[in-house]
Amino acid sequence: MLKARSPYTTSEPAELFAALGDSTRLQLLNRLGSGQHNSISSLSTGMHLSRQGITKHLRVLEQVGIVESTRVGREMQFSLRPESLNPLQEYLSRVSTQWDEALERLQSFVE
Amino acid sequence: MADKIEKTIDLKAPVQRVWRALTDHREFGEWFRVALEKPFAVGEVTAGNITYEGYEHMRLEARVTTMDTNSLFAFNWCPVADDDGNGALGGPETLVEFILEPIASGTRLTIIESGFSCVPDDEERANALRQNSEGWAIQTQNIAAHVEG
Repeated sequence: MLKARSPYTTSEPAELFAALGDSTRLQLLNRLGSGQHNSISSLSTGMHLSRQGITKHLRVLEQVGIVESTRVGREMQFSLRPESLNPLQEYLSRVSTQWDEALERLQSFVE
Repeated sequence: MADKIEKTIDLKAPVQRVWRALTDHREFGEWFRVALEKPFAVGEVTAGNITYEGYEHMRLEARVTTMDTNSLFAFNWCPVADDDGNGALGGPETLVEFILEPIASGTRLTIIESGFSCVPDDEERANALRQNSEGWAIQTQNIAAHVEG
């Protein structure tokens, strides 16, 4: 069944927040933040998870477009897509503006 | 990346006055534009419909976590709405904290909303959230509606 899509914003922020709602994935994001391609073995170093476990988390990030993977020889390389996080920034700045306005109304209410 | 929003404002009103505007559910509803049905109480959910024109069918729910008189008021709410546009608790929640400090000119109020990325990791809820992502947009509009205007 088709659902009407919201005209005012994309569905992305909720999906992105969901994908980021995990400490392992946030750690992976930080590691990938260097902007370089990273293999699963280098990303697994020092993490308390198997390569399979790391791969599973990377796939969650890949599904929502936060990371992309390419095959280099026999190995998968993952890299961050920083622009994928823009909807989050936009969402937060919208919420931020809304709080500014609510506070202005609170101010005129109490002063 | 940042997953919280922090705001500070100096208000020319005594701490007691600001405390009342925040924690009396009717006063909160005045400036926040929501018709809350019962007083705030720690551990309890207070809910009500938005009073902004065109959005009156939408509900807001908040579960109070802290009420330290004249100092800290905090609640959880859900920034992702369900299919009817309701910000029902049970989905991913953020924590909203109002911190009050007396200053010479009145009250320094700090608001922190945090936990945007603390969405539960369990597969089922993550899927539910994905399916529900349009509701997020509606809730955003909902917040916009009652803070604007």
